[in-house]
Amino acid sequence: MSGGKMLRHIQFWILAVLGTVLLTGCGSEYLVLNPKGPVAETQYNLIIISTILVAVIIVPVLALTAFIVYRYRDTPGNKASYKPEWAHSTTLEVIWWIIPIIIVALLGYFTVRDIYVLKENPNKEVAPMTIQVTALDWKWMFTYPEQNIATVNHLEIPAGVPIRFQVSADAPMNSFWVPELGGQIYAMAGMATELYLQADEPGTFAGFSSNFSGEGFAKMQFDVVAKPKDEFDNWVKEVKGTTPAMTKADYEELRKPGVTDKVTYSAFPEGMFEEIVAKYGHGHDMDYVMEKPPAPAGDKSSNETSKNTQQQTESHNMPGMNHSSMNH
Amino acid sequence: MWENIKDFASTFFVTGDPLIYGADVSIVLSMVAIVFVLTKYKKWGWLWREWLTTVDHKRIGIMYLIASLLMLFRGGVDALLMRLQLAFPNVEFLNSDHYNAIFTTHGTIMILFMAMPMMFALFNMVVPLQLGARDVAYPFLNALSFWLFMLGAMLFNISFVIGGSPDAGWLSYPPLSQNEFSPGPGQNFYIWGIQISGIGSLATGINFIVTILKMRAPGMKLYKMPLFSWSVLSSCIMIIFAFPILTVTLALLFLDRFAGAHFFTMDGGGNPMMYLNLIWMWGHPEVYIVVVPAFGIFSEIVATFARKTIFGYKSMVWAMMVIAIASFFTWAHHFFTMGTSASVIAFFAISTMIIGIPTGVKVFNWLFTMYRGRISFQQPMLWTIAFIPCFVIGGATGVMLAVAPADYQYHNSYFLVAHFHQVLIGGVVFGYLAGIYYWWPKLFGFKLDEKLGKWGFWFWNIGFYVCFMPQYALGFMGMTRRYYTYGWDRGWADMNLVSTVGAFMMGIGFIFQVWQIAYSIKHGERDTTGDPWNGRTLEWSIPSPAPFYNFAVVPEVKEADDWWATKQAKANGTYKEQPAKLEPIHMPKNSGIPFIMANFWFLVGFGFTFGWVWMAVIGFIGVFACMWARSFQYDTDYYVPVEEVRRTEASLGRVV
Amino acid sequence: MAQHHDHGHGHDHDHHEEHEQLKVLGFWIFVVTDCVLFGTLFATYAVMMNSFAGGPTGQELFQLPGVIASTFILLTSSFTSGLAVLAMNKGNVKQLIAWLAVTGLLGLSFVVLEVTEFMHLMSEGATMATSGYWSAFYTLVGTHGLHVTLGLFWMTALIMQLKRRGISAVTRRKITNFSLYWHFLDVVWIFLFTVVYLMGVM
Repeated sequence: MSGGKMLRHIQFWILAVLGTVLLTGCGSEYLVLNPKGPVAETQYNLIIISTILVAVIIVPVLALTAFIVYRYRDTPGNKASYKPEWAHSTTLEVIWWIIPIIIVALLGYFTVRDIYVLKENPNKEVAPMTIQVTALDWKWMFTYPEQNIATVNHLEIPAGVPIRFQVSADAPMNSFWVPELGGQIYAMAGMATELYLQADEPGTFAGFSSNFSGEGFAKMQFDVVAKPKDEFDNWVKEVKGTTPAMTKADYEELRKPGVTDKVTYSAFPEGMFEEIVAKYGHGHDMDYVMEKPPAPAGDKSSNETSKNTQQQTESHNMPGMNHSSMNH
Repeated sequence: MWENIKDFASTFFVTGDPLIYGADVSIVLSMVAIVFVLTKYKKWGWLWREWLTTVDHKRIGIMYLIASLLMLFRGGVDALLMRLQLAFPNVEFLNSDHYNAIFTTHGTIMILFMAMPMMFALFNMVVPLQLGARDVAYPFLNALSFWLFMLGAMLFNISFVIGGSPDAGWLSYPPLSQNEFSPGPGQNFYIWGIQISGIGSLATGINFIVTILKMRAPGMKLYKMPLFSWSVLSSCIMIIFAFPILTVTLALLFLDRFAGAHFFTMDGGGNPMMYLNLIWMWGHPEVYIVVVPAFGIFSEIVATFARKTIFGYKSMVWAMMVIAIASFFTWAHHFFTMGTSASVIAFFAISTMIIGIPTGVKVFNWLFTMYRGRISFQQPMLWTIAFIPCFVIGGATGVMLAVAPADYQYHNSYFLVAHFHQVLIGGVVFGYLAGIYYWWPKLFGFKLDEKLGKWGFWFWNIGFYVCFMPQYALGFMGMTRRYYTYGWDRGWADMNLVSTVGAFMMGIGFIFQVWQIAYSIKHGERDTTGDPWNGRTLEWSIPSPAPFYNFAVVPEVKEADDWWATKQAKANGTYKEQPAKLEPIHMPKNSGIPFIMANFWFLVGFGFTFGWVWMAVIGFIGVFACMWARSFQYDTDYYVPVEEVRRTEASLGRVV
Repeated sequence: MAQHHDHGHGHDHDHHEEHEQLKVLGFWIFVVTDCVLFGTLFATYAVMMNSFAGGPTGQELFQLPGVIASTFILLTSSFTSGLAVLAMNKGNVKQLIAWLAVTGLLGLSFVVLEVTEFMHLMSEGATMATSGYWSAFYTLVGTHGLHVTLGLFWMTALIMQLKRRGISAVTRRKITNFSLYWHFLDVVWIFLFTVVYLMGVM
């Protein structure tokens, strides 16, 4: 208990000092260092902590290097001691095996703690909203199962609400990244990964494709617009009233390799995202996914989806392949 | 008929880009020039007898070195083209496809066809000499390894003018690298180029393990072995466990593309993520395979130029062995963002940090070798001293990347690009360059010019920081690697321009080094002593350049740093001269089979690349015939008579 | 580098012995790399174990009797290759060649059985391109079969050399390596039989 408090105490001071330095030193174009939501905030803190911990080692080492190289240079009349046979000191060696071990232990503690934290909804007080993300060649498609609308290459979200992104692909692997809101997650065909992000305040944030996917990859950038809840609801209404619905044929068109502008759809075919995931799922449980009526909205149904995605991935037994995706 | 030929030629040759036409012309011209010179000066026989069929580890080392420098040039030009494209926003110098091909070949060439052969060059040039051996354990296999590497590299490189370059990234992740998204021969060139040279690398790994375990001079216990040889052992142990994984992975990818298999496809039950796991199970050890020998080189150089015994020898050995083992348990840190379970991420995050511990220990040991020493700043030492801060910073950002949740923000950004260039250039390239400067006199009999070398050194070093420090910043700005262009609105322009300037400074540094070699061939300081740096290990006890049998008399080793101890004893007058007893020396005979067999492998690769199975079959038959022929060869070695040894030694100024 | 052909030095024999020992060690290390290779293929197979993609499963198509027969054939050949080494240690070239020939015939029938099995499976609609499972199956089993086939050629070359040169330091080392290789393939097959066939039909 007290150990944890102590660490938090240290952490606070370190953050206070370094935060000031970094914030004043960095303009707003340093997206990663300007967190705009709790996830990016956590990651920012870790970046600071890890920077300090490694600095604790490397700054003295660099200084020591400069000192040694200068002091023991081979010039006539150098008075520093010269002991060509001095090649072993258990004390010294124990010290420099132990110092890195301590640093790694500290760093490991923060790392593991936050790995678990980031798997969860960052804002326990507000129920998360789900948005499904599909990476295509070469555009991002966002489907909103709760609102039943869809967009391409731009994303609107309510500020202050945690968003649960389910991320998949119907094209080569990509990675979904909005640095100001938080770190990225891979978009892979045949599975759905899960990522929570939240924008604390309204604003526009840059989103990137970050895993190379071919010719149009550099054009797969998008904006994330966070709006107050009521404005977001108005936008949804507007979309419902003014834009066409996406048909299967529209989707097939969208799937074709190419670069697209922003598009908005007032609806999308039911269960489309689940179908995209299931399309490349493994044979033995494919029919199960296909038969299931797709979920409208709400928690209960997404729980069911989660079960069958889990099944799909059960057979993977290499690390990195057993996604416990889509479940809470 | 004519139409058919035209049709074929337009798909076979890469067309439509002035840069490539330029390259075509220069390739043809240089080939013509080479043929002309060889014919005019009647050098074909010399080329065949002295080089193409040689099994001498030193000559093989020299060929590796030349090949790797050529590849460094090619990979460097790729880098400069990329930096030109990114110097300003919205540049239209390269289009997306061309840029993608260039970063793919840049990465592949730099790791597999530059770093690996440069490493093997050093293995070959140094290890047998350090051990007091006359050659490696299997000289024939060694030659085969070289030619497999060479022909694999050629296969990969011709993709640039024939058929089209691969363009799915240096590790060719599927599904992008599958037929559906990357049709055409480019990916096949990638697969077969690496596959063929990879077989050679695996064989080299086996060869040097046996050499080190079995061919040390009498009296050289493992704990008296020089640290470079230890690092080679560590590296080779990693090679024999990692390279078979690469062989399988590439074979499976090829089966997907060629036979319609479903290992890594999106449909048919394939699993692209399995490829990521497999390729990094090789790929992560691979980066330690190339960096650990650099550690060995630094250990030799620091001790020599600080004129002091290496500090913490046993720590150094154990650190390298821990690294070799731990390197196999960190692969998943290359895809923390895969959304896998928290416990898996935690395991790989911690294991990655742990590998930093032995690395840190080594840095301390180098520092304390210099402490209470006397440091002289000749070229090998300059690169070593430059390495320490560069690698320490690169290592630190590596530990930061191991912090998995933070990695979600760094992954695939320029922060990552800056990190791995810092450890690979600051660690591997600096290390190999230091090693080349250090052992150059032993191989060629003269030193490389200091003045030109220092110009090269400073351009490389300052250029490095100018090029890569801004890239860390770009990573924080959200710039993703492999974007072929970007807009003004991101604010990425300034840092990119600075970075490009730095890249060109490194290019200038390289030009200085080429100039330095050319200049030193004529004017370099000749090494008449065989021990130009006041060295510590056995290779400095023999004349430079080393005679083909290395040691006229196999030395008896009593100490670690035996040659240093001998010199000390001579100075103190406590040295007892042993009467040297010359004996006939047992040496392997040259053989043309490695060269021929590698060419048949080339046919296999080329045939499969274009789907011409008949050609691949011819290639396989040829490979098989070569193996068969070799199996029936019993007359594979000979003895050098005492008289010839005496004559050779006398011509090198040694009386035996 | 001029080459000289003057043999007949007294230490010729020592050098050879030493040299041949070196090659046995190298071959052991090669076998280690081959273990890693098969290990990777087994891992791949394990990942693909249920990836039938709607196609046939192993359980539906495997015919165990044939596989059990080939298992016994390979086990026997491993035994006979052991007998060959015993004959070599006794210095009996004729026996050595005879046992090698028996080993070879057994190996050949193993390969023939495997090819027959593959043809049967393909006729039932399970090819390399059917699903991830069958890709992994053919690759794993086929790689082993390819090793056995190469071993047969190697053995043929060795028999020819034995006929010409009898038992010497060099041929002795070659036979030692060959028999190591052959036992190794046998061990791999036992794993393969268990993981692919037994677990496949269970």
